[in-house]
Amino acid sequence: MITLSHYLVLGAILFSISIAGIFLNRKNIIIILMSIELMLLAVNINFVAFSHYLGDLSGQIFVFFILTVAAAESAIGLAILVVLFRNLKTINVDDIGGLRG
Amino acid sequence: MDFQLSDLYTLLPEIFLLIGVSGILLLDLFLSKEQRGVTYALTLIVLVVTSVLPWFFYDADPRVIMSGLVVSDALGAALKSTVCVLIAVGLVYSKNYLLSRGLHRGEYFSLTLFATLGMMVMISSNHFLSLYLGLELLSLSLYAMVALQRDSGRSSEAAIKYFVLGAIASGMLLYGMSMIYGATGHLNIEAIVSSILSGHSDSNLLRLGVVFVIVGIGFKLGAVPFHMWIPDVYQGSPTSVTLLIGTAPKVAAFAFVLRLLAEALGHPSLHQDWSQMLTVLAVASLIIGNVVAIAQTNFKRMLAYSTIAHMGFLLVGFMTGSISGYSASLFYVLTYVLMALGGFGVILLLSRDGFEAEELSDLRGLSQTNPWCAFLLMIILFSMAGIPPTVGFWSKLFVIQSIIDLGYVGLAVTAVMTSLIGAFYYLRVVKIMFFDANESSINTVKYSAGMAVFAVNGLLLLGLGLFPGWLLSLCESLIESSVRTF
Repeated sequence: MITLSHYLVLGAILFSISIAGIFLNRKNIIIILMSIELMLLAVNINFVAFSHYLGDLSGQIFVFFILTVAAAESAIGLAILVVLFRNLKTINVDDIGGLRG
Repeated sequence: MDFQLSDLYTLLPEIFLLIGVSGILLLDLFLSKEQRGVTYALTLIVLVVTSVLPWFFYDADPRVIMSGLVVSDALGAALKSTVCVLIAVGLVYSKNYLLSRGLHRGEYFSLTLFATLGMMVMISSNHFLSLYLGLELLSLSLYAMVALQRDSGRSSEAAIKYFVLGAIASGMLLYGMSMIYGATGHLNIEAIVSSILSGHSDSNLLRLGVVFVIVGIGFKLGAVPFHMWIPDVYQGSPTSVTLLIGTAPKVAAFAFVLRLLAEALGHPSLHQDWSQMLTVLAVASLIIGNVVAIAQTNFKRMLAYSTIAHMGFLLVGFMTGSISGYSASLFYVLTYVLMALGGFGVILLLSRDGFEAEELSDLRGLSQTNPWCAFLLMIILFSMAGIPPTVGFWSKLFVIQSIIDLGYVGLAVTAVMTSLIGAFYYLRVVKIMFFDANESSINTVKYSAGMAVFAVNGLLLLGLGLFPGWLLSLCESLIESSVRTF
């Protein structure tokens, strides 16, 4: 029997992986964008699981909106990435440090 | 709770703004480069009309409409109208800057209006869904605007940093919202409140949700230790976008925090938790913001650290969870955005083609080339430092008064001490302007509309400092009539 806590643990693990992916990753920004997507999907699992076990549909409707916003967000993120690459000729996280202080 | 057709009248400002921005977006396609002024004028007209509309269609007692998604109250109307005015004034300031930087394009204006729409949705929302969608509409527009100067490496770097940290903030906030949803079974703020009051909600899950929500809010407001993006984004963005990010969104963020913490999670048992967390964030922001600002040589970056310190002050008033604390915070945020508007506005006015007046050394001897400008900037800096008779003194005083009344003396002492440190770097700028030899390449400002707005802005800070009473009582009555506390 799969209980609510199984889903919540799965959501928490995915969320932690995405946070680790953002902060430990030193290679390139595309991985950060992937981690951001994963983070939103972890939240979606939470919402769907709660929605199912509470017998309330509004959580699942929220998920539709999150998915739509995530699509718009990655479109803008990739667009910024293209502009960044054209200007700096790199998408390596360590090379991006022009602004300091 | 049901949907009625007459509810659409209450949403008329948002509907008008949406139709306006869509119309401007379409019309702009048919205009040549020389006719771009039409887009600019239409944008200003739409903003002015939108700022007037809320006053005709709000309810004196808070009324929930649109199946629980939106609440109509006096506070919402006042803040919506403030946001529109701030954005419009910001556009007047940046006219010449946009022209000289090649940013005077249709996209800039339509993104500005979409960001405004996002803020208006945030301000009057009564549901986690509308809070989230408003926040994202604002943030996504701002990410794109920071990157709008496509040939600048600095602004694309600022954009990617803003994007990544903003997305983390939204993720944290959503994770917290999902926990609160799981604990109470509702997304509607009123339903959440009644569920918490009935005692059916899982208190551990609820606490976990509060922690994540606070982290998300900390990122969005730029409170220490979630402040890393603020200096980079403020410095790297085109200054007109910095002005946009530094002013109106702070008012919307205040409403956002108010709806989320004070209204949805204001129950005494939860307030105890989040007030402690906010105190830690506030003290850290006050110390780090004021101390690190001393080391800055870039005016925009210095103002960024000063923003962090000011957000700390905002949180100090907020953590009390009392009506007087909320009204002191509202007064603080309203006066702070006026100062930020002037502070970034003067950089826009002094910049010209190929020259950004953003280093502190650029301001040397400003009193000789632009005496009027230097005088007004001095008022703004005095106000940021909290020196009477400017309004900045009163805003700090009201916040400190509200916490001393509740017995937080240690916090009040910290706030005063850090403000003293802060006064040093504000006064240093005044010294650079008035007493250093003039070696900079700043010319006399010829943009008269911008100077007129700047004069009104600076003198308003002085005027409000002489007569602060009416604004404070307005803030108190707005909070009292609108915030549904426990």
